[in-house]
Amino acid sequence: MTTRIVELRKGILKKNDELAATLRQRYAASGVLVLNLVSSPGTGKTAFLERTLSELRRRGTRVAALVGDLETDNDARRLAASGAPVRQINTHGICHLDAEMIARHLDGWETPQTSQLAPACVAANSLFPSPDFAPADPAPHEQRTNEEDTRVSLADLDILFIENVGNLVCPSSYDLGEKIRVALLSVTEGEDKPLKYPTLFNSADAAVITKMDLAEPCAFDRALALRNINQIRPGIKIFETSSKTGSGMDEWLDFLQTQCAERNL
Amino acid sequence: MPLVHELSLVMSIVETVEASLPAVPGARVLEVRLRVGVLAAVEEESLQFCYGVATEGTPLAGSRLVVQRIPVVLHCGPCAQDVELPSLQSFHCPRCGAPANDLRQGRELEIESIEIDDGEPGEQQIQEAGQ
Repeated sequence: MTTRIVELRKGILKKNDELAATLRQRYAASGVLVLNLVSSPGTGKTAFLERTLSELRRRGTRVAALVGDLETDNDARRLAASGAPVRQINTHGICHLDAEMIARHLDGWETPQTSQLAPACVAANSLFPSPDFAPADPAPHEQRTNEEDTRVSLADLDILFIENVGNLVCPSSYDLGEKIRVALLSVTEGEDKPLKYPTLFNSADAAVITKMDLAEPCAFDRALALRNINQIRPGIKIFETSSKTGSGMDEWLDFLQTQCAERNL
Repeated sequence: MPLVHELSLVMSIVETVEASLPAVPGARVLEVRLRVGVLAAVEEESLQFCYGVATEGTPLAGSRLVVQRIPVVLHCGPCAQDVELPSLQSFHCPRCGAPANDLRQGRELEIESIEIDDGEPGEQQIQEAGQ
């Protein structure tokens, strides 16, 4: 038997990394700020994003969202109530979103392909505020089938949110080309979550603590949670929010708008 | 759920290794060596399990998967040097305690080399990929 050793030195995620780099260029060329929201299931990503989308739209920011789940388009329907264009990505068992899934859904979005849009998204697009996308007939709750009505282009967005599959492990390895990765944890999950999942929290650019309205009943140790986040990602910007009461949302929205204003500098 | 993640990694490994094999009928992989950073979010047990399953019926079937863990190395500004992190519970310089976000090593996820049996007589040699 003759054996030999072949050096490969090839990245296992090379394909994803290359595609993510292409996406990053595409986002930059379109002038859209892209965020990737990551947390455990049940942290409240969707409720947080619902409020974020509604309030940003009220401020005149053009927003849209891609939302990943194993199954169902429940989250897309919830988010669509904000009036922002939303697309659901069903991973059918895959525990994370990858760059290819994002690219595929952006492609569908940039050209009028009504058939690929979930009904909720079609309804959402009919509410899109930009004159470029305004439907000819502005009946807001009607499901639209006119292709023109669903045309959404990255270049007409200020911020695109990607809500990842609820999972604190796998998404950390998959670059989606985002500018800002946001790790969320809720007061009900325990202050040591960042210590348990350092691979994800260390890769985050911002952290959001959700469900602050439940801090007291949960005996949430705020100082400990902040310290733990800082242990894993020193100096990271941390937002303490409640999607229910709206507390802390203004600071988060101001941060987004500042990042948005600086995105092309 | 992490199992699915490791499975997709293994499928990518199989694809990459198969593409690197010489076009010799019967060429077979004996060993695949990986470099995996401790921040790469990869669980070795899941990886090994998935490897056994996903390599069946491929030239990698029955091969060993050897995982070399790569520790986290951060650059510490105040110390002006790279320092190895003893644990993932604190991303601060173990020498001076300064916060350290400048990651230099620890997220690797790559196939370093493969050992193949291509059935031809010859000496063990090291080849660069693609040559």
